[in-house]
Amino acid sequence: MIKSKYTKIGDLIIVFVCLILIFICLLPMLNVLARSLSDTQYLIRNEVLLWPKGLNVEAYKTVLNNDRYVHSLWFTALLTVGCTILSLFMTVICAYPLTYDKLKGRKFLNGFILFTMYFSAGMIPHYVMLSNLGMLETVWVLVIPSCLSVYNMIIMRSSFYSVPESLREAAEIDGAGPIRTLVQIYLPLSKPVLATLALFYAVGRWNGFSDALLYIKKTRELYPIQLYLYNILQNASSGEAAAQEGFAMPGLSETLKMASVMFATVPILLVYPWLQRYFVSGVTIGAVKG
Amino acid sequence: MSQVTQPSLSRETHRPKTNWKTYLKRYWTLYLLLALPIAFFVVFRYIPMAYILMAFKKNNIIQPPWFVPWAKNNGFEWFIKAFKDKLFLRSLENTIKLNLLDLVCGFPAPILMALVLNELAFKRFKRFTQTVLYLPHFLSWIIISSLALRLLADNDGLINILYKQMSGNNDAVIPFLSNPDWWVGTYIGLGIWKEAGWGTIIYLAALTSISPELYEAAAVDGAGRFRRIWHVTLPGLRPTIVVLLIMRLGYILGSEFDRPLALSNKLVTDVSTVISIYVYQKGINGGGQFSLTTAVGLFQSVVGVLFLFGANFLAKRFGERGIM
Repeated sequence: MIKSKYTKIGDLIIVFVCLILIFICLLPMLNVLARSLSDTQYLIRNEVLLWPKGLNVEAYKTVLNNDRYVHSLWFTALLTVGCTILSLFMTVICAYPLTYDKLKGRKFLNGFILFTMYFSAGMIPHYVMLSNLGMLETVWVLVIPSCLSVYNMIIMRSSFYSVPESLREAAEIDGAGPIRTLVQIYLPLSKPVLATLALFYAVGRWNGFSDALLYIKKTRELYPIQLYLYNILQNASSGEAAAQEGFAMPGLSETLKMASVMFATVPILLVYPWLQRYFVSGVTIGAVKG
Repeated sequence: MSQVTQPSLSRETHRPKTNWKTYLKRYWTLYLLLALPIAFFVVFRYIPMAYILMAFKKNNIIQPPWFVPWAKNNGFEWFIKAFKDKLFLRSLENTIKLNLLDLVCGFPAPILMALVLNELAFKRFKRFTQTVLYLPHFLSWIIISSLALRLLADNDGLINILYKQMSGNNDAVIPFLSNPDWWVGTYIGLGIWKEAGWGTIIYLAALTSISPELYEAAAVDGAGRFRRIWHVTLPGLRPTIVVLLIMRLGYILGSEFDRPLALSNKLVTDVSTVISIYVYQKGINGGGQFSLTTAVGLFQSVVGVLFLFGANFLAKRFGERGIM
């Protein structure tokens, strides 16, 4: 590109705008981080802005000593790993056969699956059916109904489509069946998209709380971390909520809440930047072809 | 979806008649693979559709709907009731209002952001900026609502603390979360905060396909930065913008659940109750009105599909590829 002198000032303005955007993105996080590391008395006097005052990590220690919170964190971690593996498996075995031109009934199957993306029975029919199946208040209700996303399946399918047909034909001539072709050719070539979808499924499960809110009411051991947070953050009478969730002290101090929020956020923040170049391509495939 | 299948469909047309025996011998494993996903769609997506029957039956939460007698008014009792219910009408209005505002304010945001990022001359800084801008997308609405509360609360929110200090008046407060009108703004603003950065991905991808020669030609012709954006970048984004805009139009009656539930509070329920929240409260959360809420859900799904088809039709009318 041809550059003249006056564009340099423009470049600096653009950088400045970006710095403002970065600041706006990070501001709420920094504020909460500062609050979680501060002493409660400074918080009550409204003196904590973006830098902790009376620096201490007591809140984090207290949170980590709370059995229910730690249990919920572990439970959600295990749930996330399990759901991600199951979902990836389901997505692959659903998308792969649909890439075969020769598959009889492919058009019908495509329509059968895509229809569910546009028309849904709604919240209550799902609830009543799961209730009739006896799945409410069990761990399966958090795993199975959300284990396959049509949108993600389309991304997977598009990625499989981009594998050259000649590779499959060569494999078939060499006597490889469809499953062997999938495992030895298609999956290794689709690693970036698999990573993207793993991220999408994992983030969805880690952040998901509406299914737990709807389907799990009495069984506290099955509360995922987001529902747990919803209960301690949103309940009007936070003293009662705190007692229920196992924080012994009356009321739940501000720093404790903030530390709980930080613990639930950090795992995702540690993972997503490493997958950035993968999910960028994943989103692009999904949005254009979807 | 059609554009995915098109190339292969054309290949399919001149196919000789298949020999079923060799076909199945060769490809039965494909059906084996599909068995589990298809079973999943049947059980967890299609069987619930049978329960839509509840919308036309008497309210009965114990028996399966097919054994329950029909509701009054030829089964349309609950639809009539819903449209006489002030709370439902309000939640319908709120749904449309919030979605339209989201569209008007939230749709241009990622485009503007992508234009800024595209002009950024420093590669490493650009990558870093993108990483930070993608961050809010990965936070749940529960987390965001707690972040927002610490930032915007009347008494101890960061912004109001600063506002009080600057105005020197201890009672000066911006009621971001407690005043219904301000709350709507906060709701829209937080939506932009969460998704605008993520939304740039698709536009930035579209921008990479614009030929650099166009920019060079524009520069040779003496076009400055803004004229280059106006005459080269924006026309390059046009197809993407149209498709995404039309998809958004198709979801105008859809309602999120996590977002209004997490952000709402007692003072603003008049503007924050959208259809999904109405269904949740009347149906599952103590209301027990399963027939009424199923009817409302059905209304929402059907109108949603109609809007989507309409939007898709419009897209094709405008010479774009459409989404189906």
